[in-house]
Amino acid sequence: MSEGIRNTLLFLLVAGLITYVGYAQSLNSALLIIAMGLLSSIMALGVNLQWGFAGLFNVGIMGFVALGGLAAVLVGMPPTPGGFSAGGVGVLVALLMGGATIAAAVYATKKMRKGWLRTVVVIVLLVGGFFVFRALLDPSVARIEEINPAEYGYLGGLGWPVLLAWPVGGLFAAGAAWLIGKTALGLRSDYLAIATLGIAEIIIAVMKNEDWLTRGVKNVIGVPRPVPYEIDLQNDPSFVERAAQLGMDPVEGSTLWVKFLYVLLFGAVLLILLWMSQRALHSPWGRMLRAIRDNEVAAEAMGKDVTARHLQVFILGSAVCGIAGAMMTTMDSQLTPGTYQPLRFTFLIWVMVIVGGSGNNFGAVLGGFLIWFLWVQVEPIGLWLMNVITYGMAEGSPLKAHLIDSAAHMRLLTMGLVLLIVLRFSPRGLIPEK
Amino acid sequence: MEFLNAIVALSNYVLIPGIAYGSQLALGALGVTLVYGILRFSNFAHGDTMAFGAMVTILFTWWFQSMGLSLGPLPTALIALPLGILGTMGLLLLTDRFVYRFYRAQKAKPVILVIVSLGVMFIMNGIVRFIIGADDINFLDGERFIISARDFKTMTGLDEGLAFRTTQLITIVTAMIIVAALFWFLNKTRSGKSMRAYSDNEDLALLSGINPERVVMITWLIVAVLATVAGVLYGLDKSFKPFTYFQLLLPIFASAIVGGLGNPVGAIAGGFVIAFSEVTITYAWKKVLGYLLPESLEPSGLVQLLSTDYKFAVSFVILLIVLLVKPTGLFKGQAV
Repeated sequence: MSEGIRNTLLFLLVAGLITYVGYAQSLNSALLIIAMGLLSSIMALGVNLQWGFAGLFNVGIMGFVALGGLAAVLVGMPPTPGGFSAGGVGVLVALLMGGATIAAAVYATKKMRKGWLRTVVVIVLLVGGFFVFRALLDPSVARIEEINPAEYGYLGGLGWPVLLAWPVGGLFAAGAAWLIGKTALGLRSDYLAIATLGIAEIIIAVMKNEDWLTRGVKNVIGVPRPVPYEIDLQNDPSFVERAAQLGMDPVEGSTLWVKFLYVLLFGAVLLILLWMSQRALHSPWGRMLRAIRDNEVAAEAMGKDVTARHLQVFILGSAVCGIAGAMMTTMDSQLTPGTYQPLRFTFLIWVMVIVGGSGNNFGAVLGGFLIWFLWVQVEPIGLWLMNVITYGMAEGSPLKAHLIDSAAHMRLLTMGLVLLIVLRFSPRGLIPEK
Repeated sequence: MEFLNAIVALSNYVLIPGIAYGSQLALGALGVTLVYGILRFSNFAHGDTMAFGAMVTILFTWWFQSMGLSLGPLPTALIALPLGILGTMGLLLLTDRFVYRFYRAQKAKPVILVIVSLGVMFIMNGIVRFIIGADDINFLDGERFIISARDFKTMTGLDEGLAFRTTQLITIVTAMIIVAALFWFLNKTRSGKSMRAYSDNEDLALLSGINPERVVMITWLIVAVLATVAGVLYGLDKSFKPFTYFQLLLPIFASAIVGGLGNPVGAIAGGFVIAFSEVTITYAWKKVLGYLLPESLEPSGLVQLLSTDYKFAVSFVILLIVLLVKPTGLFKGQAV
């Protein structure tokens, strides 16, 4: 079987699986799987850029995705009335002060001669700057959080069209990636992994605790949408008429239509990014990255700047994850910092990339859909499996209850097994790199 | 008096918790550093190995408790600890046999092994959640305090109380015993010496007839002891929750790197550096400063540099500084 046919069959298989869900469960869940599959594919594309092209190991995907979500809030939400005048200026000044402190410390490190004097100056700058920063920040934050805490209690956003948030999310993630890449790239590969693991935890901690920015665990709800609201559609006579022609009642029709619009939007973004990734892969730049990945020393001997290329591709890949994060928050139309789990947002994406085939963009897309499908469907399958296993057990036995309760944790186990089995028996993935 | 009060408050909130937490981190970092030194990869499954060891210990603790077995003032978990260690040893040897050995034979790149350890982490995490659930579990029994704050106040007549919890003493004593035994093993016994030789120079060690599979096996056995003890001590001191153990990965890795990956002394030093930085930076200094400074200068705020929610940020920033300034760590590790 030629490669092209095989790959087409693999994609058809996934399409078939999703169609089956649409048929057996509901169209709504099938559309949801497609939308989330598209998002997962975009994230997997970003990670594939880093891992497949350049061999960089990033375990902070969750953080970049969350930064994208933050962008959706900061760009899309309407500003809180009176929020900016109450404390916005103070917060901005404080943040600028914090930035200036770090800049001054970096400048001092660069310009002064090495010695105890430099150490003292840098420490004094940093410690002093920190106290000034807190002194400026804290009162403003308190004033912002006082504004109607039940509804606002945060600065709000700019109130711009939410679609703008998608590229902005990419920019946010790129900024964080620059910071990490600057420090950890050029050292052992494990260090990048640990540094990214850390930044992801910290981004989530900031989003959970800085209420003035994200409302913290109180969540931001009602992020504006780029697509119409169901309720407006249901009140629109022409839409109701069209839904009726298709044999659907307005409620069902409107939810499906909204999901379908999201699928179109996400699909467009995925196609653009996929096209760009393919072009990058086959460009001299892509070949250079793969040469660096396969033999760093040789590439360096040929005059390639390994660290600079690594930094570049690390930033690009993280930006793609940030875009996907903004898209996801837009679709959920809420930002819930408490739901960002590393297992779901970092390691699952890794499983997608490895299973799909690292180094192959189509593999990443396939992995995104396939693994997302499994992730959603493993829970019912696990429950069914547990019901089968415990079929013979006495009703009400504690072991039976425990096994059925634990079915939810089957997901992790399955994902781990899938990852290990693919790594062992087919390390190049379903659609291998050419 | 004011000065004494300040010292007592400092020990109560900073020194003792810092030492206990530092011991836990040091034990965890020792495990990571040993795997790194011998098997040459960063083991992301270490946090979940700790959780697994703690889980087995908890299960046996419950069983002993149901039989009425107890150590009096000491927690029952201490009797269950050796059984927990045995369980973890079995698990680690099995994972090595069925997962890691294959990649070792292939001489796979370290980063592949890191990804494999991610898969192992998933599975261990799944097993732990499957067996014991994802909720908080408190399995401490016996006497809670050696000295409670109130007793201390009546004893000394100071305004500040000093509470010294049983778990803190157990943590410190156990950690000291384990670390002493580990160093004795590494420096005095034949197996320990062959481990160090293997870690320093693999080819030379192989030439001199050291059996690599045996070294790897001994490493996993020691790692099982370290991980289980660290996991149980942390669980006794705070509480057991699978997700917290995953989150411990960051401070543990930070400790190992700050000390110098692959260097056992460094791992211990790193553990204490990270623990004390975390505790001092997230502690509200108002009380101590209130005792020390004259009344006119008394601080109005809490003088807390960062809220405790940001304790990960502390280990992370230290990690970044070390990576920027001295990537080999305080004590010379193997990694560059």
